[in-house]
Amino acid sequence: MKYIAEFRDGELARGLAKTIAATVNPAREYRLMEFCGGHTHAISRYGLQDLLPANVRLIHGPGCPVCVLPIGRIDSAIALAIQHDVILCTYADTLRVPASGGLSLLKAKAQGADIRMVYSGADALRIAQDNPSRAVVFFAIGFETTTPPTAAIILQAQRLQLANFSVLCNHVLTPAAMVHIMESQQDPAAVAIDGFVGPAHVSTVIGSGQYEGFVARYQRPVVIAGFEPLDVMQAILMLIQQINAGRTEVENEFTRAVTREGNRKAQGLCEQVFELRDTFDWRGLGEVPHSALKIRAEFAQFDAELRYQIDYLKVPDHKACACAAILRGHKRPADCKVFGTVCTPDHPLGACMVSSEGACAAHYTYGRFRV
Amino acid sequence: MKTYTRPLDLKNGRVDMSHGSGGRAMAQLIDELFARHFANDILAEQGDGAVLPAQTGLNGGRLVMATDSHVVSPLFFAGGDIGCLSVHGTINDVAMMGARPLYLSAGFILEEGFALADLERIVASMAAAAREAGVPIVTGDTKVVEAGKGDGVFITTTGVGVMPEGIDLKASNIKVGDKILVSGMLGDHGVAIMSQRENLTFETTIQSDTAALHTLVAAMLESVPTLHALRDPTRGGLAAVLNEFAHACGHGMVIREAAIPVRSEVAAACELLGLDPLYVANEGKLVAYCAAADADALLAAMRSHPLGRDAAIIGEVIADEHAFVQMETAFGGRRMVDWLNGEQLPRIC
Repeated sequence: MKYIAEFRDGELARGLAKTIAATVNPAREYRLMEFCGGHTHAISRYGLQDLLPANVRLIHGPGCPVCVLPIGRIDSAIALAIQHDVILCTYADTLRVPASGGLSLLKAKAQGADIRMVYSGADALRIAQDNPSRAVVFFAIGFETTTPPTAAIILQAQRLQLANFSVLCNHVLTPAAMVHIMESQQDPAAVAIDGFVGPAHVSTVIGSGQYEGFVARYQRPVVIAGFEPLDVMQAILMLIQQINAGRTEVENEFTRAVTREGNRKAQGLCEQVFELRDTFDWRGLGEVPHSALKIRAEFAQFDAELRYQIDYLKVPDHKACACAAILRGHKRPADCKVFGTVCTPDHPLGACMVSSEGACAAHYTYGRFRV
Repeated sequence: MKTYTRPLDLKNGRVDMSHGSGGRAMAQLIDELFARHFANDILAEQGDGAVLPAQTGLNGGRLVMATDSHVVSPLFFAGGDIGCLSVHGTINDVAMMGARPLYLSAGFILEEGFALADLERIVASMAAAAREAGVPIVTGDTKVVEAGKGDGVFITTTGVGVMPEGIDLKASNIKVGDKILVSGMLGDHGVAIMSQRENLTFETTIQSDTAALHTLVAAMLESVPTLHALRDPTRGGLAAVLNEFAHACGHGMVIREAAIPVRSEVAAACELLGLDPLYVANEGKLVAYCAAADADALLAAMRSHPLGRDAAIIGEVIADEHAFVQMETAFGGRRMVDWLNGEQLPRIC
């Protein structure tokens, strides 16, 4: 496995761990949020916390697209599959997300709904071509990483004049969520986060320049990091160095994939097909302004929301759930009353337990021996 | 006068409802397909059940019985098919108890319309696997369900074996300090299957590891008769076996990621599909627990058997009231290896 194992090298990790230990100021705490689920997964899966000093605390952010997908959106998808008898195509990890009425896409499938797991939107397009007599809907989710492929298949569907294909668009935006976290307290300076490990794949698309305004406004350093564990370690070291020096800058650890401008072609595709929503409901965070995309009017025939006249019904998060505080760094998973009792990966109540990349699920699955 | 019966059309014929109706068509299917391939003296008696010879020299040993249903999709995959899998699976279940498998039964549920040529391939593969293992199929049953109510063919096999006096493999034998061994490369079967499932256009050269493990087990028991426990990591993979044993014996376990044998192709495929090889199914591997003092002898015995060439000591049993399974990652940290949550589904990013 060339070009992967190199980024998981235990010896290099131990060397980095020593440097980090020598760099931290023992008199202070470093509260670092990794925004992305991919980072959360790497940190948990490789036991990265064990290589860090006790005063470096990692806070798992809301960057798991499955986790933040609100219940009402999944209800809409289930309704499409059951009431409108469409073939609903979706990424695998949305299948288990609990919806209203004890349902999930997986349970709806067991009840006879035609729900198919795909690895990409292109697979959904192929299913539409292969089943001309059936309506096919692609349940599109994800941050800026999965958005350009969705734009590309909508354009392709238009070229093919594919009348039986549409997209239920739930694409969300990273910078808006980061801003929301900083705005969650009246005084952003009081937010309990000292720096951000910036998104990997998202940044390949949007570019590191997208975080410059954020850093200037909120005075928190952002270091963009790849999803391999050594990337994350290196980014943590870079954040600690910035914090020690009193610097707040956008730095890029993931230079092998991320540029300042990002992927212009991908950005162009998204610009052509999508426009900003005024607001979008996030599971765990609630309404976040200008944080999601919808399909432009000129592609209305491919917009499942319009085609099936779906009215979004907001479903409140579970009362006992502490996700909102956990996603903002105010609480840790184990601080939640229902963590590991009524809320487990088998029966998730809140956003953070829904997917393996969620903060609570990662802690439950990989780290609960530490409690 | 000798009546003429048109032979079963094994080339172009298909299973129809009459093949399960108890009439002439069913008798013909049994004669010309099952009995022909599985041929042995006990089956040739054609009774409702099999009369098995009395086991001499059991000397206080006990009988072991295990059953396993096979519903794999696709029916034919790189390195095997549902036929040999159904033989290996049940032999392995008997072998994991420390018993020597003696006989198998086979129950078939066939779907109307299933090609007889495919059925023959499957039956021939079962017969070959049984012959190679020296464990004959001595009785069986066939049912046919309407088209759409099955998935081609489902096979249930049951095996009986004898367990010599003094052999006692079970979770409650596992003690703090025991070593944990695996018999070889993990994840081959699951990845071979995943790579062939429809709508997953993904090519690999990885073959299923399906194999009968009873001779490996015999070699292990000969070397270390006080072996504590064995289990084959099929569905749920190594992680499931470790958690089942941890839960049952009440101790924790620590494994070392760097010591776990996984083919680089399997690791790469898992990486691509978002799977964890620890949770991927195997059909020709086992996990063994023994006292630390016996571990080297057991490892040597395993490595000198063709099915245990890549065997490794991967960890040990520790005192832990939570009975958690932990792993020292190759990266240098520790994490839990939890039960699989639902079905292992690929991640998207």
